[in-house]
Amino acid sequence: MEKFTTHTGRAVPLRRSNVDTDQIIPAHWLKKVTRSGFEDGLFEAWRKDEDFVLNRPERQGASVLVAGPEFGTGSSREHAVWALQNYGFEAVISSRFADIFRGNSLKNGLLTVVLPQETVERLWELVEADPTAEITVDLEAREVRAEGVTASFELDDNVRWRLLNGLDDISITLQNEADIAAFEATRPSYKPRTLPVA
Amino acid sequence: MGRTLAEKVWDDHVVRRAEGEPDLLFIDLHLLHEVTSPQAFDGLRLAGRKVRRTDLTIATEDHNTPTLDIDKPIADPVSRVQLETLRRNAAEFGVRIHSLGDVEQGVVHVVGPQLGLTQPGTTVVCGDSHTSTHGAFGALAFGIGTSQVEHVLATQTLPLAPFKTMAITVEGELPEGVTAKDLILAIIAKIGTGGGQGYVLEYRGSAIRSLSMEARMTICNMSIEAGARAGMIAPDDTTFDYLKGRPHAPEGEDWDAAVAYWRTLATDEDAVFDAEVFIDANSLTPFVTWGTNPGQGAPLGANVPNPEDFEDPQERTAAENALKYMGLEAGTPLREVSVDAVFVGSCTNGRIEDLRAAADILDGRQIADGVRMLVVPGSVRVALQAVEEGLDKVFTAAGAEWRHAGCSMCLGMNPDQLAPGERCASTSNRNFEGRQGKGGRTHLVSPQVAAATAVLGHLASPADLSDRVAVEA
Ligand code: SF4
Repeated sequence: MEKFTTHTGRAVPLRRSNVDTDQIIPAHWLKKVTRSGFEDGLFEAWRKDEDFVLNRPERQGASVLVAGPEFGTGSSREHAVWALQNYGFEAVISSRFADIFRGNSLKNGLLTVVLPQETVERLWELVEADPTAEITVDLEAREVRAEGVTASFELDDNVRWRLLNGLDDISITLQNEADIAAFEATRPSYKPRTLPVA
Repeated sequence: MGRTLAEKVWDDHVVRRAEGEPDLLFIDLHLLHEVTSPQAFDGLRLAGRKVRRTDLTIATEDHNTPTLDIDKPIADPVSRVQLETLRRNAAEFGVRIHSLGDVEQGVVHVVGPQLGLTQPGTTVVCGDSHTSTHGAFGALAFGIGTSQVEHVLATQTLPLAPFKTMAITVEGELPEGVTAKDLILAIIAKIGTGGGQGYVLEYRGSAIRSLSMEARMTICNMSIEAGARAGMIAPDDTTFDYLKGRPHAPEGEDWDAAVAYWRTLATDEDAVFDAEVFIDANSLTPFVTWGTNPGQGAPLGANVPNPEDFEDPQERTAAENALKYMGLEAGTPLREVSVDAVFVGSCTNGRIEDLRAAADILDGRQIADGVRMLVVPGSVRVALQAVEEGLDKVFTAAGAEWRHAGCSMCLGMNPDQLAPGERCASTSNRNFEGRQGKGGRTHLVSPQVAAATAVLGHLASPADLSDRVAVEA
């Protein structure tokens, strides 16, 4: 997992509430056998409309999604997070996320930031008026900054530490590699092994 | 204070214990199949990681494999991609795999035990909820999600939250014609599909001790349908006899050391369970489900229940919805419910004893007109054994279809599916809406009831056949 300290980028204003995971990545994409390549499925239904905000030329290369309330409800598919990341988003801002989606996103290194709805509105106005306006999501300072906006946000200390150090569950376990090796060294010889028997 | 079987196995696998953190547990055996492993391997690839212990990992193909024409390319593109991906991943990461056409191929929960890989006192995981099957050997075995699959591949460990223990004590003797499947369906009907939540169940008592290993696997297999984390049975001489001489069972001094260890695993007399349930084996009869979850079952001699008789409003609504989906009228005797299809197979009842039991009833009889019966061995080894005993001939002579090994009609992932509205007596483990095909209706039954049902065309037990003269073959 990549370390997340601070990120600055242009934004996509998504003025919709209750965006569920099926809208983020439709079910037929779940047949894929990889964790990458989901970018074309992101908001697939809406992207058929050329005026949809993600399709606008001025939004190309944007990396911060400013979404409406209740983002990520519905089925628990982790693919929704992968789709946002594959597309190039580093952070999502909303006044409320669905719990499972939020858990999945933070586990995968996609920073989900909760800000009051009025701050979200101000960010919308800002980036709609000026598509080149940048938003900074500073995890070290737990702060979101943009022109005329400085807003602090909360994040669990442990989760923040993991993101700052780029530690996923596996890396955390591997920090105890010596314990695993020590355990393995004491395993009795009668324990089963799958290697083909001669 | 004494410890339970589950606690002993857990304690023996703790790699790391720290205040306020889940225990990190070592995993002895990691089973893989094509459905839940692709993204886990891809995750490893993206992070540049390897499989830590290929010698504790094994893959088989089962969910998507066809049971006919297995030498032809797989028609369904999604199935084909999943199988090809597993093959590629196994080759790239050096994992042992048993592909379609291989003599060790089969349903992952049939293959592990038959190879002797599932052993007492081990921890076994698989990205599949019916991993609980392996608990029949006194292993702590449970299903995990895809990100946990990746975690085990990379580290051979899992951080796990503690569980509670529940004793399910079954005393007495199962009456003639009553099987392990009837027992577990009765247990689930008693404690409910959420009754085991957060618990590891330990099945104990004289009725459990007298069961064969295959019957014990049937019981532990369905622990998950009671919502449990796992199900276990203390290892005893029945377990050791089953294991002895299997390809991966220990040999010589290792065998003696292993048995000595295995004998220490049974729950201590002064151990305390967090919950206890008692069942009288003598009172049981063949059991079938009438609804759309495994807890909605009743004795075969009963009638389809009336939703109004349920006190709990949620259960009442669930029963109403189930009857609607199942196309059943309250008050109809279950024996009068006629079926279109019969399925014998799955990791619950696709082992050799199950096939023998079904064949025994079909021998010299014909399945009813208009009923389609599929017999699908749980593994290629089971199939070969059945052929050696001539069971395949019994099935085909009776009018049933004898198929290649796999999950088949247990879940509609391969071409073996029910048509909308079709009704099936099935030896599998889940009667959820659409599980065997969109709109399909499933009644969970034992292999014996499945066979008798095929002959009579309606839900029936072998006892119902006794007044019929067997047709001479
Ligand atoms: S037989 Fe059925 S329950 Fe068992 S592993 Fe296959 S699909 Fe799952």
